[in-house]
This record gives sequence, structure tokens and C-alpha cells, in this order.
Amino acid sequence: MNTPRMKVRHALILIGCLLVTTSASAIVADAQPKADGAAITAQPGSATTTPVVTLANEKTTVAVSSEAYTKPKAKKPSTADHSKFSELDKDFKTGPEVTKACLECHTEAAKQVHNTKHWTWEYLNPVTKQKLGKKSIINNFCTAVTSNQTFCSACHVGYGWSDDSFDFTSEANVDCIACHDTTGSYKKIPGLSGHPNYEKMEWPPHSGKFREAVDLKKIAQNIGKTSRQTCGACHFYGGGGNAVKHGDLDSSLTNPKRYLDVHMESDGLNFTCGDCHVSDSHEVSGSRYAPTATDDEGALIRGKRNGRNPTTCVACHGNTPHPGNTTITAKLNAHTDKLACQTCHIPEFARGALATKMSWDWSTAGKLDEKGQRIIEKASNGRVSYDSKKGHFTYDRYVIPEYVWFNGNVKYTLFGEKVEGDKVNINTFLGSADDPDSRIWPVKVFRGKQPYDVGNETLAVFHTAGKDDSAFWGNYDWDKALEWGMREAGMKYSGEKKFVETEMSWPITHMVAPKEDAMRCEQCHTENGRLQAIDGIYMPGRNNTPLVDKIGFTLALLALLGVLIHGGIRYLMSKRG
Amino acid sequence: MERMYIFKRFERFWHWSQAALIMFLMLTGFEVHGSYTFFGFQQAVAYHTIAAWTLVGLWVFAVFWHLTTGEWKQYIPTMDKVVAMFRYYLTGIFTNAPHPFKQTRLKKHNPLQRLAYLFVLLVINPLIWTTGWFYLFYNSWKDWGVDWLNIEYVALFHVIAAFMMLIFFIAHVYLATAGHTPTAHIKAMITGWEETD
Ligand code: HEM
Repeated sequence: MNTPRMKVRHALILIGCLLVTTSASAIVADAQPKADGAAITAQPGSATTTPVVTLANEKTTVAVSSEAYTKPKAKKPSTADHSKFSELDKDFKTGPEVTKACLECHTEAAKQVHNTKHWTWEYLNPVTKQKLGKKSIINNFCTAVTSNQTFCSACHVGYGWSDDSFDFTSEANVDCIACHDTTGSYKKIPGLSGHPNYEKMEWPPHSGKFREAVDLKKIAQNIGKTSRQTCGACHFYGGGGNAVKHGDLDSSLTNPKRYLDVHMESDGLNFTCGDCHVSDSHEVSGSRYAPTATDDEGALIRGKRNGRNPTTCVACHGNTPHPGNTTITAKLNAHTDKLACQTCHIPEFARGALATKMSWDWSTAGKLDEKGQRIIEKASNGRVSYDSKKGHFTYDRYVIPEYVWFNGNVKYTLFGEKVEGDKVNINTFLGSADDPDSRIWPVKVFRGKQPYDVGNETLAVFHTAGKDDSAFWGNYDWDKALEWGMREAGMKYSGEKKFVETEMSWPITHMVAPKEDAMRCEQCHTENGRLQAIDGIYMPGRNNTPLVDKIGFTLALLALLGVLIHGGIRYLMSKRG
Repeated sequence: MERMYIFKRFERFWHWSQAALIMFLMLTGFEVHGSYTFFGFQQAVAYHTIAAWTLVGLWVFAVFWHLTTGEWKQYIPTMDKVVAMFRYYLTGIFTNAPHPFKQTRLKKHNPLQRLAYLFVLLVINPLIWTTGWFYLFYNSWKDWGVDWLNIEYVALFHVIAAFMMLIFFIAHVYLATAGHTPTAHIKAMITGWEETD
């Protein structure tokens, strides 16, 4: 697009065609200098003098531009050196012992954590009134937490959640370290109900490798702020492994280069997760259960929160984020009425070279080899394509998102809800072109096949992991796993299952590319472009008027033919004299 | 051979700058429309927008000029000799028959030209201008209280007008060669002086 030769060509054509016009403009400028100047640069959104737009322009000055802010590298951000505290100079035996020490000074911390999703794994959607959260929902990865807590709670900010008897009021059971470790040596092990290994143990299982016992004293004395590592320890590994679940969150974000994430670039702005996901009393802002799809209110002035989500792009960049007032930047700013920033600025996900899981077919799980042993197959990209425990997978990287109208409301198909047919949308992003609160959003759509209880007409919960004779991982018996899982979830398994196709959407919002890698206009403004499937809006360049084009070009061609024939005859006749 | 000063300086300037702009607008406009790729969509939009504003500015002057000089009367339609003109283009022109219309400074355009230009002035231009204008200010519709407008139709009529302009352009360029000699009209529009028999 921008080779020098093309630039020259553009310039020549422009000069040629506009030579005459420049003189025109000169005359225009002479006669009417102001009107002309305004005319040439004025654009939708900037030329109007209505208060709304003026306000929006003011907001631009508040909003940060990408160059404006370079975060100084913090040396010692804290005023307290925890290694000097006698309370922490102890040989802690367990996590809860450390927590008790923390709470001696941070008296309110555990109570605060008790109110957060990180602790409750519950979320009540205020709009749909649906009870969501990891505790309740079914997804199409490992499907459900219920009956599998000993494993899933490796990502719970608590100690000891192995079944329904867990005491959610216990302060000592809050895990401070999971988020505040700075040593990188803390690891909660699946199967230990949220605890790290206090003794040396083999990990991963049957690998022949061993993990040393966790050094809680060292960790406690080096406690500090959350970081990309601490958040990433869970959020990069969702769905059972690195990069598996989200597609826009994986360990490549621990030390990203600029092309991968313009905010987190470790040699650049070096944002932590918490720089956007600002916390208040341990409640971390920003949630995919009720994302903010649209924010028309401009950049947030520091300190002024008034209930708005500080984690959005708009919260810093405002609603007219493209600086300058050229034809193009004005046009780009005008696009914010229909597009989420993410749509142009995250052109692909899984850009950190790690592939993300794109589909998961549970229906083929449980096949064993002749010796009755677990089978694991790998695809050419090195990632597992079949595992007896889990079925078939596909992985992909540099993935082009799908696009949907989204107003921030997500409707889930919950456990126990009666659903029919062979296809179930685990969640549905609500929104439409006519809804002023909707924007076009990029999503990762994860497709799967998973068990469904035919008698109860609901997505099924099954017992995956555990040291018993029913866990699917180890026994490979669907009926037993379903029996146990459904019972734990409060329902009696009907005894008949089938596998239904499921779809689940994930908003794409991380891995923001630098501006030079943002989408180009023609990636959407073309036939069969990125937004071909988006309905309800007019987009020039998308082959909008095929009939008019056919008629128009036919008539133009006929006119051309007509004059050529006419001219030909004239020429021949004049030759004859 | 007679020579006659037909096209005044402003008129010639107006004609050629408008011609360049319209060609450029067609080039960029149909790219925006998706008919081909040449500049790339982003550049095409930017160029189209700038050229459109320039053209609008030019028209303001042209309208003013026509009104103040009385030249607008050149476009008053007449059916007189229209049939004769058709007959001339269909047969006479091939056999060197005399042109049925005698050009004067007060009547620069033959009756067919008058009708065609009037159509451009009253139908194509206003259609392209108003639809283009609304298209340009799409994001201000709400503030203007015209959000009942439908961008799909605004664009549709803009495109229809663009096709009409394209067809006019083809016929117009060809008929520019239909003077006393193939280049007579074109020279006239450059120098102002028309040669006639
Ligand atoms: C001879 C003159 C012109 C021609 C042949 C022309 C042609 C076109 C065509 C074919 C399109 C694509 C429409 C679509 O597919 O949606 C277009 C777009 C457009 N035209 Fe024109 N046009 C002309 C003059 C103007 C004028 C005078 C204006 C403004 C006053 C204008 C403003 C626009 C705008 C704003 C667009 C949309 C570009 C965008 O996507 O932002 N045009 N034009």
C-alpha cells in the first residue's frame, strides 16, 4: 500500500487532477478565506457546532494519546519491606498460617476478598438476573466446577475448597499469596484443593519430575503487588492449559513485545493487568460476565469514577481517540458509534505464537489403546489433538475473530435449564444494529460437543477429576461420571445421555496491537470482508447495490459501444470523402 | 471560416476544473463503492471527500457567475430543432450534411445540449450534491434532527446519480469531437474561440 512508487503514483494523479482545482481553491480562498478553510478540513463529527460534539472534542484533550504517557520503571514501589517484619520471619507450615500473619496488619483484607468474584465464584447479572460465576455456569471446556473442586480450586483465591462443605466465611482460608507473590515460586497444584505442595512431590503426575516444597517464609517476606505473572498464573491457563481458553490471554503476555501488546510491552509502557483492571477494596474491575460494550462518556478523569468501569479503552482514550483533525482521523473517530475499539485494534488473537484451543469434542473421549492405556495424539503444531481423557481438540494461532453486535449483556444457558435440539448456545451476546448501546465486537467462538442428559433435557455436569472410581479421568466411564456429577449438582441423572454441539463466545479485548498493525479500512469495506456477516448497517464497499451496478455499468458500456460505433462510422465515411 | 469568441475565461476555467474533479470523483467514488481497488479504500475516501468539497466550492462560484452574468439563460430548454438535431446525429453527421444549429454568443448550445446540460444541472448535480452532503455528515444526522434518513437510500441515490454522471460523461466526451472538425469544440473550450463553417 505504501511503497514509494505507489506514493509517487498517488501524488502524480492527485497533482494532475487537482492542479486546476488548486487554482480554484486559491480563488475561493481569496474571496472567502474562512469558509474555504473550514470547508476543506471539515468533517462529520467535527464540523458541527452542537454542544455534544464540542464536548466530545474537549474530551480528546483529556484523553491520553499513545505517545503521551511513559510509565517510569518503579524501583521499590512499596514503603514497607516485608522482610523486616518479625511476624513473617517464621517457618510457616501452611498457606492459612501465612494468611493469619498477613491479617495481623491487614485486618480488613480477608473480609474484602470475601466480597469478590475471585472468592465467591458467583456473579448475579443485574440485568438478566441470572446467577453466573464459575461456581454455577457450564462451559464447553472442562464444563463444570461442581464435583471437581479439588482440581478447579487451584485457581481459587482460597485454601481447602474440595466440596460443598467449604467455609466461605473463613478468613484464614483466603489465599493472599496467589495474587501477591513476587518470587514466582508459588504454585497451587490441581488436586490439592487450592493448596501448594508443602512437601516435595512429583509434578506433573507421572512425569518423573519433582517440585520442591513451597518456601512460604521466602514468599511471605517478598510479598508485593500483583503482576502479569500472578494474574497470569490463573488467567493465562484457563481451560486447562496455557493459551487454551481465551485466545487473547496466554503466557506470551508475561513479557510481551510491542507488536503483541502495545500497553504491556515490557520495554515500553509495561502495564500490569492492574493498570487497567483497577481494584477497589480487592474487587477487581472488568468482567466478562457483564462487560462494558459501550461507553459514550469520554475519558475518566482521575479520581472520578461515578460507577463507571475504569477498565475500558474509553476510560483512558475517550470517545474520539484518534488525534488530529484530518479527513481520515475524523472518519475513524466517527466509527466509534458503531465499533468497539477492539474490532480494529486487535486484528487477530493468539498472536503471541501460542495456539489457543478452538474446539473440543468430548464425544470421542474415553478410547483406549489395545493395552487399555490412555492415548495421546499430537497434531503437526505440537499441540495435543486427542487425549483419551478429553476427546478431540483443535488449536489455532493468529486467529481472525468473529464479529457480533454486543451491548454488554450476555445470556447463559445454565445447568438445569431445559434445552432442546442438538445445538446449544452456552452463551449469547445480546445486541443489535438498532440498539444505541451496541457495538460491533470481536469474539472468539469456541465450539464443542459435550454431554447432555436426555431425560432431564439439560446440559450435563459430570465428574472429571478425583481419586475415586467415578471420575472420568481415570475410569473412562461416562455413566458413572455423569451419575456422580449430576448428583453433586443437585439432579438425578436420567441414565440416558447424548452429545450436543455447543458454542460459547469470549470477548476479545487483550493483545492490543500497536496502531500500525490496526485493521485497514479495506479489510471490512470490501465484498466478503471481515464484517460481511454483520447486518443492520450500511457499509460502503460491501457490494451493496448489485442490481444498480449491473444496470449502471451495462448502460455505461452500451453508451461507450454506441459512441464507438458512431465514431467508427463517422471515421469510415470521412475516409470515403 | 469564421471565428467566434464563445467561452469566456471563467467559463473555461470552470469547465476544465469541473471536468478534472468529476473524473477524479468518479475514479475515487466507484472505488469507495467497491467496484475496484486503485488507491485503497482509505485513500479513496480521503481523496473523494477533498475533491467533493472542492467541487461544491466551485459550483457555488459557477452558480453565482451564471446568475450575475445572465448566462443561465443558455440553459432555457427549447424543443425547437430537437428532432432535426437527432436526425443530424443519426444520419447527417455521416454525410457531411449542414449542422441544423447555428451557434451564436447568445445561443452557445444546440437544443440537445441545452436539454442534456439542463438535466445535469437540475437532476444529476443536485442529486449528487445533496446525497453526497448528507453522506458526508452522516454522523451529524442526529444533531440535525434528520436521523429518520436512511444511509442505505442516501448512498443508493448517490450511486444512481454517479452512474448517470458516468453515462453523461461518455456521451459528452464523444460529442465534443462532433464539431466542425473533431477537435474544434475542444479547442474552443481551451481558447474560447470556436471555428465554424
Ligand atoms: C461527480 C461527482 C461524484 C461522483 C461520481 C460520486 C460518486 C460516488 C460513489 C460511486 C460513491 C460510493 C457510494 C457507495 O457505494 O456507498 C461515493 C461516495 C461518497 N460520496 Fe460521492 N460522488 C460525487 C460527488 C460527491 C459530492 C459532491 C459529495 C459531497 C458533497 C460526495 C460525497 C460522498 C461521500 C461522503 C461518499 C461516501 C464516502 C465514505 O464512505 O465516506 N460525492 N461517491
